[in-house]
Amino acid sequence: MSAATQDTAIRTGRVTRTLIYLILLLFALFYMLPLYVMVVNSVKPLNEITGGGMMNLPQVFTLEPWAKAWSSAQIGVEPTGLQPYFWNSIKMVVPAVAISTILGALNGYVLTKWRFRGDTILFGLMLFACFIPFQIVLIPMARMLGLMGLAGTTWGLVLVHVVYGIGFTTLYFRNYYAVFPTELIRAAQIDGAGFFQIFWRILLPSSGPIAVVSIIWQFTNIWNDFLFGASFAGADSQPMTVALNNLVQSSTGVKEYNVHFAGAILAALPTLLVYIVAGRYFVRGLMAGSVKG
Amino acid sequence: MARTADADFKTRLQALLPKLVLSPSLALVLVFVYGFIIFSVYLSFTDSRLLPSFGWVGWENYSKLWRLSHWEISLTNMGIFAALYITICTVLGLSLAIFLDQKVRAEGVIRTIYLYPMALSFIVTGTAWKWFLDPGIGLENVLQTWGWTTFEFDWIKNRDFAIYTVVLAAVWQTSGFVMAMFLAGLRGIDNEILKAAQMDGASNWNLYRRIIIPQLRPAFLSAFVILSHLAIKTFDLVIALTGGGPGRATELPATFMYSYTFSRNQMGIGAASATIMLMTIAAIMIPYLYAELREKK
Repeated sequence: MSAATQDTAIRTGRVTRTLIYLILLLFALFYMLPLYVMVVNSVKPLNEITGGGMMNLPQVFTLEPWAKAWSSAQIGVEPTGLQPYFWNSIKMVVPAVAISTILGALNGYVLTKWRFRGDTILFGLMLFACFIPFQIVLIPMARMLGLMGLAGTTWGLVLVHVVYGIGFTTLYFRNYYAVFPTELIRAAQIDGAGFFQIFWRILLPSSGPIAVVSIIWQFTNIWNDFLFGASFAGADSQPMTVALNNLVQSSTGVKEYNVHFAGAILAALPTLLVYIVAGRYFVRGLMAGSVKG
Repeated sequence: MARTADADFKTRLQALLPKLVLSPSLALVLVFVYGFIIFSVYLSFTDSRLLPSFGWVGWENYSKLWRLSHWEISLTNMGIFAALYITICTVLGLSLAIFLDQKVRAEGVIRTIYLYPMALSFIVTGTAWKWFLDPGIGLENVLQTWGWTTFEFDWIKNRDFAIYTVVLAAVWQTSGFVMAMFLAGLRGIDNEILKAAQMDGASNWNLYRRIIIPQLRPAFLSAFVILSHLAIKTFDLVIALTGGGPGRATELPATFMYSYTFSRNQMGIGAASATIMLMTIAAIMIPYLYAELREKK
C-alpha cells in the first residue's frame, strides 16, 4: 500500500477498493456479454436457442453453424455462405490500405519538412474530409463511379476508401514527422540528397510504428464500413458487412440464429485479431484521431 | 550553358517536387469531397427524383422536408439519441477511467475488455444486440425460462422504447473508447499538485471535483466532438439493430437520407437532408479543427 502511494496521490480505503473492483468487474461482464452470446450460440443447435437457452453453454457442441455461415447459407438469392464476400472484403481492403497509407506518408512528409504558404489550410481541408457525413457525397459518387466505369466494382470501392481515408493517414504521419529533427534533413540536403532520397533513407526507416498505426486504423475502418459497401458494391464486390446484414435480415425461411452468430463472428474476426495482436497501436490511432497527436 | 540549364531545371524540379507529390491527394480531396459537396448542395435546390436533374426549384425541397413527419421523427430521435449517447458515454467513460486509475490490478486486461467493441463493425454489434434483446429468444425469454415468468423486456419491438436500445448498443460500442480518452487525460495530470492539495486536507471527492476534473477539459471537449459527430453519422447500427423500425420508431437523419434518395426516388429531398447533416457537423468540427491546428503553430 505504501509503495502505491508513492506515485499516486489518491488514497483509497479497503471498502472503496472492493467497491471499485466490483464495479469494474460488472462492466467487464457488460462488455463481454454480446461476445459471450455470439460465441456460445454459434456452436449449439438451433433448438437450444429457441428453447430459451441463449445464455446457457451448449448441451450439444456443433460446428455446423460455422460451416453453414461460411459456405452454404443463403445470402441474398445465392446459397454461397459468407466465403466469397470475405474474399471480396480482402480484395478491397488490401489495396485501399496500402495506397492510402503510402499517400499519407508522402503527404505527411511534405506537410512537415517541405512547408509552404497555406499548407496548414490544405491539411485542414484534407482532415475535415474525414468527418463529413458521407451521405453528402453518396449521390455524386455513384455518378462519378459510373462515369469512370468503376460502378459496382472492387476498384471503385478501393477508390472511395482511399479518398475518404487519406485525411486520417496524413494526420498520423504529419504528427509523427512533425517531431522528427529537421536538422537531419537539412544536413542531408546539404550533402546533396534529393526529395525522395531523404524520404527513403532518413524518414522511412524510422516510420515503422506510425505505419502500423495507420495500417491498423485503415484496415479496421475499411473492413467495418457498411455505408459505401451497401451503396456502391455490385453483386460480385459486396463486402462482408453487407453480406452479414443480408444474412441476418433475410425474411425467408427459418431464422437460424446460430448461423447468424457464427457469421457475425466471422465478420468480426479479422479486426478482432488485429486488436488482440496489436491493441496498443489501435488505441494510439484512436487517440490521434481525436486528441492532439 | 546546357549544363547550367539542366542543373537549373533540376533544382526547380526539386523545388516543385513536394507540391507535385501532394497534388494527387489534394486533387482527389478537392474533387471527391468539396466538389461533391457543392454538387449535392446544388441538387438539394433541384427537382431531382430518381436521377439527378437540374431544374431549379429554390427552397422547395427544404420546405417539403420540414413538413414531413418522417423527418420530424428522425430529428426527434436524433435529439433523444445524441443527448443520451453523449451524456452516458461521457459519464460512464469518466467514471470507469477514474476507477481504473486507482492502481488496480490487471488494468491492462480490463482496458482491453472495455475497448474491444471499438474494433467491431456496427453490423456485428447490431446483430448481437438485436437477438439478445429480442423478446422471443433473448433476455426476456431466458429470464422467463429461468423462472421469472412475469419478466417483460420488449423495448426493441416497442415503438416508444426502441430508440433506447439503439442508445444501449451505441454506448456499449464507444464508451470504452471515451474511457481511454479520459484515462490518457488523467495520466497527464501532475501528481505534485494533488499531493500538495492532499497535505492541505482535501478529500478524494474534493480532489476530483476541484482539481482533477477541471483539468480534464481538453478530454471533455474531444469526447464531445467525437461523440456528437459519431451520433450524427449513426447509420449502420440502426440498419442492423432495428432497420429503422418498428415502423419509423428508430429512423435517424442518416437512414432518412438513404431511404429518400435510394428507395423513394426523392433525391432532391434526400440531398436537402444530407446538406442539413453536413451543416450540423461542420458547425461542430470546423471550430474544433481550427483551434487544434492553430495551437500547433
